[in-house]
Amino acid sequence: MTARIDARFAKARAEGRAALVTYVMAGDPDPETALAVIRALPAAGADIIEVGLPFTDPMADGPAIQASGLRALKAGQDTAGTIDLVRRFRDGDAHTPIILMGYFNPIYQYGVERFLADAKAAGVDGLIVVDLPPEEDAELCLPALEAGLAFIRLATPTTDDKRLPAVLANTAGFVYYVSITGITGAATPDFGKVASAVERIKRHTDLPVVVGFGVKTGAHAAAIAQGADGVVVGTALVSALERSLVDGAAGPGTVEAVTGLVGELAAGVRSVAKG
Amino acid sequence: MTAPQKPNSFRNGPDETGHFGMFGGRFVAETLMPNILELEAAYEAAKADPEFERELRSYATHYVGRPSPLYYAERLTEHVRETAGAGQGAKIYLKRDELNHTGAHKVNNVLGQILLARRMGKKRIIAETGAGQHGVATATLCARFGLECIVYMGAVDVERQKPNVFRMEMLGATVVPCQSGSKTLKDAMNEALRDWVTNVETTFYCIGTVAGPHPYPAMVRDFQCVIGEEVRWQMQEAEGRGPDSLIAAIGGGSNAIGLFHPFLDDENVEIYGVEAAGRGIDTGEHAASITGGKPGVLHGNRTYLLMDGDGQITEAHSISAGLDYPGIGPEHSWLADVGRVTYTSATDKEALDAFQLMSKLEGIIPALEPSHAIAKAVEIAAGKPRDHIMVINLCGRGDKDIFTVAEHLRGGL
Ligand SMILES: Cc1ncc(COP(=O)(O)O)c(C=O)c1O
Repeated sequence: MTARIDARFAKARAEGRAALVTYVMAGDPDPETALAVIRALPAAGADIIEVGLPFTDPMADGPAIQASGLRALKAGQDTAGTIDLVRRFRDGDAHTPIILMGYFNPIYQYGVERFLADAKAAGVDGLIVVDLPPEEDAELCLPALEAGLAFIRLATPTTDDKRLPAVLANTAGFVYYVSITGITGAATPDFGKVASAVERIKRHTDLPVVVGFGVKTGAHAAAIAQGADGVVVGTALVSALERSLVDGAAGPGTVEAVTGLVGELAAGVRSVAKG
Repeated sequence: MTAPQKPNSFRNGPDETGHFGMFGGRFVAETLMPNILELEAAYEAAKADPEFERELRSYATHYVGRPSPLYYAERLTEHVRETAGAGQGAKIYLKRDELNHTGAHKVNNVLGQILLARRMGKKRIIAETGAGQHGVATATLCARFGLECIVYMGAVDVERQKPNVFRMEMLGATVVPCQSGSKTLKDAMNEALRDWVTNVETTFYCIGTVAGPHPYPAMVRDFQCVIGEEVRWQMQEAEGRGPDSLIAAIGGGSNAIGLFHPFLDDENVEIYGVEAAGRGIDTGEHAASITGGKPGVLHGNRTYLLMDGDGQITEAHSISAGLDYPGIGPEHSWLADVGRVTYTSATDKEALDAFQLMSKLEGIIPALEPSHAIAKAVEIAAGKPRDHIMVINLCGRGDKDIFTVAEHLRGGL
């Protein structure tokens, strides 16, 4: 089920480094440009790609990702279109893991069974659904595991040792540690605290632990890569894309705006040698 | 999906996972989950503590002004009987929660939650507000207990409910206008949830209606049930018997469930919830989630929602800021599906007419929210016999709405 994900972490480990996980929104600023961006990510240094499923009311996201989702919706992106985007990406890339990340309602309206079947067929590897804690596992997590898709859980600074086993119970692929209590794109984390949190989680699981929220530069990525198996960057990329737009539409430098930053982040991750 | 089963009692929900049938639940980010569990435990402990009950009752009496009167609306009743057929026209009572301190039922819930926040040692209170009534009630109790208060309010609502914004500021609260999305109540709730995720250790989120993740829908309902409990003994005193029907307006549904819940197992009591039909259900510009929506997940629970085919939440419309929400509390969704409560809707125009009717006939200027209930009550009462006793929840006063109404009637004050 997690073959592509496992292979990517094994490859990074063999290269003595952490993995770089990049988040971009499906359909932002339009479906074709988003596809071009996503196709360009692996060569720029992304090991794993998270593709955002746009939603009108993203309660855990900051202004940058909110705006990105609204641009995508305005450009006509919907859940079917996002699955199609993954299918087209997969035609040219058999190895880069794709994780869909979003909120439950669009998936629920698409129909859970149909969504899982279509996503699997399109080449999706895993799901991150922000508003589905372990208490709601019956909704999507358990059906996803049954359908052969990893359900990647978020662990947060408020997830204490008592709760961690419940959070990790049905997690597959990797664990995503949210570095701050907060929304995407807000504060820069305290790297010392993040390192001890990663250690704490690793005492409970053998899965790779990646860290995201608040990572904006190559130097941040390097700091996180010291202890974590992977570094996730979202808001910084979405903001770079936003700055490249001309009158709200794709500009001549849109793809390069994202891949340029990914290159810097990849260099940051690779600057830290891991044993 | 199988048809929902008729339960032995309509008053046992939610189950221990926070579900009313298929509705409700805890659809929140992991960051909030430990807090929600802590809140649930603290609320259960408070419920079991007679001291909490004593404190709640004491403030309800001396600070809020409870019980609110149950008042026989004689001239409204006569008005209905004039147009009704022979022997027709129900006897209409008003439950006067507009007389509460701060002018609406919202304070019943806020009092409970603020006393709970104090027990939990939380000193920073956040709230979302639409009409501003919940914001004002929260700001009021925060002032009373010396707590920091931040109120999120959609930028559109800040504009159309200016008097309440000023009130909140006078009371020492910080009002944060929300510029995202439709700039109304749902966006205020998104912003409040984002604040809570960020400041989870220090902050108590005081939700203003029976929505949000479990335990909020049950907890807010419990604090509002004082409305229906009073109606039961007050009607006994006034008429020597119980009411035949109850009717209330529904935004999130807190004033309605507060009136309804104590009577859900009284089989002979007819119960009506009135949603906002805005410019008309067919125009798509409305806020009637049950009449015009379908089940989905937003703001921590599964319930009826207004959305497009892709599950994107659509903008609600109502002349009344307090009803301008694309969802409804999950318990109402369940009560609709099991058929215990009848949900109907009133348009902006019908609410405006009822606003004026109540003002002129009874000398009571109602808020635009209960004006929706009044509009349908007059219709339903006309089809009932004269010995039928109906109670309308007059859950708020209209002071906050005079600018809006003047705008519609004569282009402004
Ligand atoms: C007077 C009044 N009634 C009703 C409502 C709607 O809320 P609910 O349906 O939770 O009672 C509001 C909300 O602001 C209000 O101010």
